[in-house]
Amino acid sequence: MAKLTMTVNGRQVSGTCDDRTLLVHFIRENLGLTGTHVGCDTTQCGACVVHMDGQSVKSCSILAAQAAGSSITTIEGLASNGELHPVQAAFKTHHGLQCGFCTPGMVMTAVDMIRRHGGNLDEATVRAELEGNICRCTGYHNIVQAILAAAAETGGVRQAAE
Amino acid sequence: MGVEGIGARVARKEDKRFLTGKGRYTDDMVVPGMKYAVFVRSPHAHATIRSIDATSAKSMPGVIDVLDGKQLLADGIGNLICGWMIHSKDGSPMRMGAWRPLAHETVRYVGDAVAIVVADSVAQARDAAEAVVVDYETLPVVTDTLQALSEGEPQIHPEAPGNLIFDWELGDAGAADQAIAAAAHVTELKIINNRLSPNAMEPRATLGIYDAGDDHFTCYTTSQNPHLARLVMSAFYNVAPENKLRVIAPDVGGGFGSKIFIYPEEIVCLWASKRTGVPVKWTADRTEAFLTDAHGRDHVSTVKMAFDSNNRITALKVDTIANLGAYMSLFSSCVPTYLYATLLSGQYAIPAIHANVRTVYTNTAPVDAYRGAGRPEATYLLERTIETAARELGVSPAELRRINFIRTFPHQTPVIMNYDAGDYEASLKGAMEAADWDGFAARKAEAERRGMKRGIGMSCYIEACGLAPSAAVGSLGAGVGLWESAEVRVNAVGTIEVMTGSHSHGQGHETTFAQVVAERFGVPIDSVNIVHGDTDKVQMGMGTYGSRSGAVGMSAVFKALDKVEAKAKKIAAHLMEADEGDIVIEDGALKVAGTDRSVPWSQVALASYTAHNLPPGMEPGLKEGAFYDPSNFTFPAGCYICEVEVDPETGQTKIVQFVAADDFGNIINPLIVEGQVHGGLAQGIGQALLEGVHYDQSGQLLTASYMDYAMPRADDLPSFTVTTSNTPCPSNPLGVKGCGEAGAIGSPPALINAITDAIGNNELTMPATPQKVWAAVHSAH
Repeated sequence: MAKLTMTVNGRQVSGTCDDRTLLVHFIRENLGLTGTHVGCDTTQCGACVVHMDGQSVKSCSILAAQAAGSSITTIEGLASNGELHPVQAAFKTHHGLQCGFCTPGMVMTAVDMIRRHGGNLDEATVRAELEGNICRCTGYHNIVQAILAAAAETGGVRQAAE
Repeated sequence: MGVEGIGARVARKEDKRFLTGKGRYTDDMVVPGMKYAVFVRSPHAHATIRSIDATSAKSMPGVIDVLDGKQLLADGIGNLICGWMIHSKDGSPMRMGAWRPLAHETVRYVGDAVAIVVADSVAQARDAAEAVVVDYETLPVVTDTLQALSEGEPQIHPEAPGNLIFDWELGDAGAADQAIAAAAHVTELKIINNRLSPNAMEPRATLGIYDAGDDHFTCYTTSQNPHLARLVMSAFYNVAPENKLRVIAPDVGGGFGSKIFIYPEEIVCLWASKRTGVPVKWTADRTEAFLTDAHGRDHVSTVKMAFDSNNRITALKVDTIANLGAYMSLFSSCVPTYLYATLLSGQYAIPAIHANVRTVYTNTAPVDAYRGAGRPEATYLLERTIETAARELGVSPAELRRINFIRTFPHQTPVIMNYDAGDYEASLKGAMEAADWDGFAARKAEAERRGMKRGIGMSCYIEACGLAPSAAVGSLGAGVGLWESAEVRVNAVGTIEVMTGSHSHGQGHETTFAQVVAERFGVPIDSVNIVHGDTDKVQMGMGTYGSRSGAVGMSAVFKALDKVEAKAKKIAAHLMEADEGDIVIEDGALKVAGTDRSVPWSQVALASYTAHNLPPGMEPGLKEGAFYDPSNFTFPAGCYICEVEVDPETGQTKIVQFVAADDFGNIINPLIVEGQVHGGLAQGIGQALLEGVHYDQSGQLLTASYMDYAMPRADDLPSFTVTTSNTPCPSNPLGVKGCGEAGAIGSPPALINAITDAIGNNELTMPATPQKVWAAVHSAH
C-alpha cells in the first residue's frame, strides 16, 4: 500500500491506496472528485486529463504514487468563486459539449493548449493538439470554435487582432 | 418567439454541471456497502462449457462471491429477448435462439459472459476473475456475413438451421422484375455496409441495489430508455415486478443506439445484489465495450436500378444479407427490415421496389440499432447506386436526381412509407450553392497542377424518424407502443417541472423542452426544470432513440401544456371576472384581451393551490399529463455534398469541404440542431473513411481498443457548413422533424461518391482507408 500526500485544487490531501492505483482512480474514488472520467484503457481518449504541476497529463497513465507531492488541478478546481473559467464559458457559448463525458478532459486540454500557444492558435493547430482527446458527440466543430474563441478572449490572439 | 422561446439560439442550461465536473454518471454513484463486479467472459468465439471452477477465486482477498449461469437459471432469471417479431415470407416466425444473461452451456462470441465476480475493489474482482477456471471445448466458428449461410458452416443456434434467422421481403418482386426486363438501362452494384462499434464515450455501467427490507431493487444504468428497461426486466427476465424495481438513468455519456438495449450486465448485477446482500456496481472498460456493446450495420447487398429512356427510375430491386451476430438483441430484427427497406424509395418516385432481406447468426457480438439504424444502409445503397447510374448514363448527378425527385405531397411509396412534406429541390439547390458546385471544375484543375486528385460527391437522403405510430408498428411486429408521455407540474410559486419519458444523453432536452414551455407561458427557462430518467419520478415513457424526442416527446409536453393553459385561463377568467375566451397569455401574465387587466402567471399558479377562489366545481392544483401517439413518422431530408482531395502517392483522403443542407421542419434551438448535425456527420464520415470492426477467422476481435479501431479525431475532420431549408412537419403540433441521425445517414455516400469521383474508380468499399484508396487509384483505368 502507498501512503501519499498531494495538493489537489489548492487543498492538501492525503490517502492510502494500492501501489497499482492510477492517479485517475485515486482522484475519483479516494477523493470523490468524479468530474475526471475514464473512457478507455489505452491512454487514447483523454477524458481523464488533469493538470499536474501546471501541465496537462492523462491521469490514467500515471500511478497515484508518482503524483505524490505534486500539485493537481482537476475540472472541479477550474472555476473560481462560482465564475466559469473563460474556456468553460466558451464551451457553453459555442455548444462545445453534448453528453458531457469527454468535456472535462477537453476543457483541461484546451486550457493547457491556450497557455502553451498563446497567440499562435489557429484551427489547424487546435485540431492537431486535440489528437489525444476523443469526442463522439460534437464532431469537434464547436469544440474547435470554443477553443479559438477562448484563446482570442484570454490571449488577445490572432482572432482578436483580425 | 421570445428570447428563450421556440427558435431561440439559447446556450444549454445543463452545461454548467458538465463543465464543472458535477455531472452525475452511473459510475460516479457510490452507495454504502457497495462492492464491485467484474465479469468472466469467454475468450472463445464458439465453445461448449464443460465446467466452471471458482473454488480458488472465491478464496482470494476481498472476494464476496462468484456466481455463474447455472445459479442464475436456478433462480428463474429469464432469457434476453428480441422485441420485434418478423415473419419470413413463407409465414414462419423468426428463429430466435436462446440468449442467457450468463451462458452455462454454450458460448457464442468472444466476450459472452459466463460468471460474475463480486469483490471489495475492482482490482480484487479482476484478479479473482482471472482465477476462475472455465473448461471449454471449442467449436468451429463462422464470423463472415455471407459465409454464415453456406453449407457445412458451424450451426450457431439449434433453433436456426443454416444460421438463417428469417428470409423476409417487402414490395412487389414481379413488378420490379418486369420493369428491369423492359428497362433502357440497368445499373447493378454490390454494396457492403461495414460493421461499426458505437463508442459512446461513457462505457456502459450499472449499479444494482437490493433492499431486503422492502424486497425492492434499484438499478442505476447507462440507458437511453429506463422505463423500457424496467418493463423488459420485469416482464421477461423475472428480476422483479415493476412496483419493486426502480430504474434510474442519470447523466448518460452518449448512446447512439447502443444504450437502448437491455444487456446481461444490468440483470446479473441486480440478481447478484440480492444473492450477495450488497450493492453491486459494474463499469465496462473500453475493451469490454468493443466486445459486448451491440455493433451496427454489417450488410452485404446487391442492387439493380432500372431506368427508362428518359432517365426515370422504373424499378429498384435489392437483395440483402444482414449479420445479427451471435444473439438477437432487443430491436435487431426491425433494423434491417422496417427501418431499412421502407426507405428504399429515397427522395425518388420509383414505381416498383422489391427488397429481400435474410438475416444470419454469426459468432460475433450482437448487432442492433446504431445512429440511423437501417436508414444509413438504405441511403448508402441508393445514393451510391444513383451516382453510379449518373456516371454510366453520362448525366450530371444533380440532374439525374432532379429528374426523379418526388415533388408532390403526400407521396405514397411502394414500400409502406407515406411522405408528408418536403422540398428536395430546395435542399439540393441550397447545398450546391453553399458548396460552389459550379466552381468545382476550376478547383479540380488547380489541384491537378499540384498533383492531387480532387473529387466531389453528393447524397440526397431521406429518413423516417419520430418513432412511431403505435398501432402501425404493432401491426408490423413491434412488441411495444412508441408514444411518449409528459406531465407538467406548475408549482404554487409559478415555477414549472416537466416530467418526460424522453431521455437526454447529450441532446439538450433540459434546454429545448424548457424552451417549449417558455414559449407557451412567457416564463424564463430557468424557472422550468425538465425531469427525466427515473422510473420513480416519471410514470412511464419510451425513451430516446430514432430521433423521436422532439417529434414525439415534445409533442406530449405540448399536449400537456394545452391542458395546463386551458385550466390556467379558466382560473384567470374567474379571478378577473372575464370571459375565458378573452384570456391571452403574454409576457408571463394572463390578460383580458384588449384591456389593461391582467394577473401574473405566478398569481394564477398560487390561486390554483390556495383554492380560495376557484371557479365552482374546479379541482385545486395545476398539474396535467398527456400521452402523445404520433399519427405518422416524420421525414427529414436533405442534400449533402463532400469535396475531397486524394493524394495518389499515399492514398490519403483529405476532406476539403463538407456541406449539409437539411430540412428538419420547425427548429426549436438552432445551436443544438447544428450540434446534432455536426456529430452525425462525424460518425458518418468515420464510417466512410476510418471505422470498421474486424474479426479474424477464429472469431477474435482485432479492433478491440482505440489503438486498433480508428475513431474520428479532430484532425480527421473539417469544419462543416450547415444550412437548413425547412418545410414544417404537418403531423405533429410543433411541426418538427428529427435531426439526431440525419448527419450519420446522409454523409457516407457523399464521401464515397466524392472519392470515387476523384480517383476515377467506382470500386471502393468503406472504410476508404489510404491503403484501399491507393490500391483503387493504381488499378483505375
